[in-house]
Amino acid sequence: MSQTKFKASQASLGRGSTYAYKNSLKPASVIRWTLLFMGGILMIMPIIYLLSTSFKWPHEIYNLQIIPDEPTLDNYAYVLEDGRFFTWFGNSAIVAICTTVSSVIFDSLVGYTLCKFEFKGKTFVFIAILSTLMIPTEMLIIPWYTMAVDFGWINSYWGIMFPGMMTAFGTFLMKQFFESVPDEFLEAARIDGLNEFQIWWSVAMPLVTPALSALAIFIFLGNWTAFIWPLIVTNDPVLYTLPVGLTTFSVEQSVEWELIMTGAALATIPTLIVFLVFQRYIIRGVVMTGLKG
Amino acid sequence: MASVELKNLTKSFGKTEVLHGIDLVVKNGEFIVFVGPSGCGKSTTLRLLAGLEEATSGDILIGDQLVNNLEPKERNIAMVFQNYAIYPHMSVRKNIGFGLRTSKLSKADREKRIDEVAEILSMTELLERRPVQLSGGQRQRVAIGRAMVRDPSVFLFDEPLSNLDAQLRTQMRLEIKKLHQDVGTTIIFVTHDQVEAMTLADRIVIMKDGHIQQVGTPSEVYQHPKNIFVAQFIGAPSMNMLTGKQVKTGVQLDGGPLLKVLPTNKTQNSGNITIGIRPNALTLAKDGDDVLFEGKITIVEPLGAEALIYVDLGYANVIAHVPGYTPPKTGEMVKLTAPQQEIHFFDTESGLTLRQD
Repeated sequence: MSQTKFKASQASLGRGSTYAYKNSLKPASVIRWTLLFMGGILMIMPIIYLLSTSFKWPHEIYNLQIIPDEPTLDNYAYVLEDGRFFTWFGNSAIVAICTTVSSVIFDSLVGYTLCKFEFKGKTFVFIAILSTLMIPTEMLIIPWYTMAVDFGWINSYWGIMFPGMMTAFGTFLMKQFFESVPDEFLEAARIDGLNEFQIWWSVAMPLVTPALSALAIFIFLGNWTAFIWPLIVTNDPVLYTLPVGLTTFSVEQSVEWELIMTGAALATIPTLIVFLVFQRYIIRGVVMTGLKG
Repeated sequence: MASVELKNLTKSFGKTEVLHGIDLVVKNGEFIVFVGPSGCGKSTTLRLLAGLEEATSGDILIGDQLVNNLEPKERNIAMVFQNYAIYPHMSVRKNIGFGLRTSKLSKADREKRIDEVAEILSMTELLERRPVQLSGGQRQRVAIGRAMVRDPSVFLFDEPLSNLDAQLRTQMRLEIKKLHQDVGTTIIFVTHDQVEAMTLADRIVIMKDGHIQQVGTPSEVYQHPKNIFVAQFIGAPSMNMLTGKQVKTGVQLDGGPLLKVLPTNKTQNSGNITIGIRPNALTLAKDGDDVLFEGKITIVEPLGAEALIYVDLGYANVIAHVPGYTPPKTGEMVKLTAPQQEIHFFDTESGLTLRQD
């Protein structure tokens, strides 16, 4: 009797494992993986072509083959030996770092205030900030430009940076994260004698480090790759940021795609480093944003 | 150490008044426990004392100083929160020393003070750990350490044991009591657990709906509850309550027999009487005893050397706390008795005791 049961259970185990194997190959799974694979290809192909073109001679760039017939490093040598590249790189770094630091500080200050303090007009202020998210950047360019002209900020770092010094998205993000900081932490610090600014800096900010890191990465990447506004607000090549500067390789008569692609490939290095170093924060930040939002 | 005085203290949130004129004097070095159900205003009172909320009216005095308009840091109080509020990004040492950041002590003196507090709380070997590496009880001790290190005039505890398991709660209760005996600082402790209140307090303040119901020592509030609420809130299981009407020869229970017991004093009452008898005052009647109740056991809860028996009297249910390793069994008929002095009488309409002390 017991032997029969044992055999039966063995048989069912065998069937179970066969089914488990079959499950991984069922049509829904195949479709899912195929779609993911195609999505992946769609994402990665432009980058592969960018890298491929950066190693090609000008006569090869309209050839769609990925591996060049005659690969060359001349484009890299040209771009790196051209002093303008490092100027633009430096400008982009200054703009991206300054806006990131400023956004992290001001977005979290405003987010913290909106989250943890009660004052008249709080809801109105929050809605007003949120509503700016609904206006496309392109629509804001004219008022920004008028402001920049009126204040004499055209052709200056400040002119490039001021629209990004504080963001509605960051404020909203930080407000949501500060909701997860228990009020008792702040009250304990208040009883211990810290002033409100010290409480924000020493107690609240360290508790939202993952959110701050995610915000810093988003802001850095956004400003590093920003193109339209820096293009409009600057006309002195010394102040060009990298994306704007790279367009100077395109002139009326011809477009030097291999140099643009080489510059773009070099420009991705800082973003890749930022991503590799902080990827766990990016993922956690995105996940948390999704949960909180 | 300092005394604390609350004078006609009220607090409203919008149009809702949650504290209705609290008057209380806490003596220097006293251990006072505020107890009451959720929403009774005990935590609000504590937060007003700490300066975390602003009183709508009334005065708060710490020592002889009116502190209504002082910031929390200027009140020389320390508070331990229910969720400990210890900072996860700091080591135990930094957490304990956090309150000294704004003090004028030198770094060496600060470190010395942290070490002293850690020694008192037996935490010296944990000083470099992060809160995440500590157990619930250890975290609670860090929170107490952070309060102690500033040597405040008054300690405020807001349900500090609620997040601990039963065993740890008992252990921490003893540690807090010992701490009070050692340092002698005035402690105001908030809890919803009447066992904590009874075991810790020099005096208990029982609150309900923003009013103080009674202030007294644990034995006073247990033996002489001022009203039905206090009688039922203090003591576990709750006091048995039976309603009836006062007649010449006793109390005619609603739907039940005439009990030949009467309030011993002449206090005026509405004639509607509630009789209260604590479960441990009810005993199984022996031959010759005056039988108070007779009924059928519906549930028996053995507690080891004693048991709780739930008895259906037909017109009401009562609980008796009976001693012995072999309690009566479910379904058995039992007769219960209680000494006259253990029977409490309340006016059903006002809820007030009919005992005159």
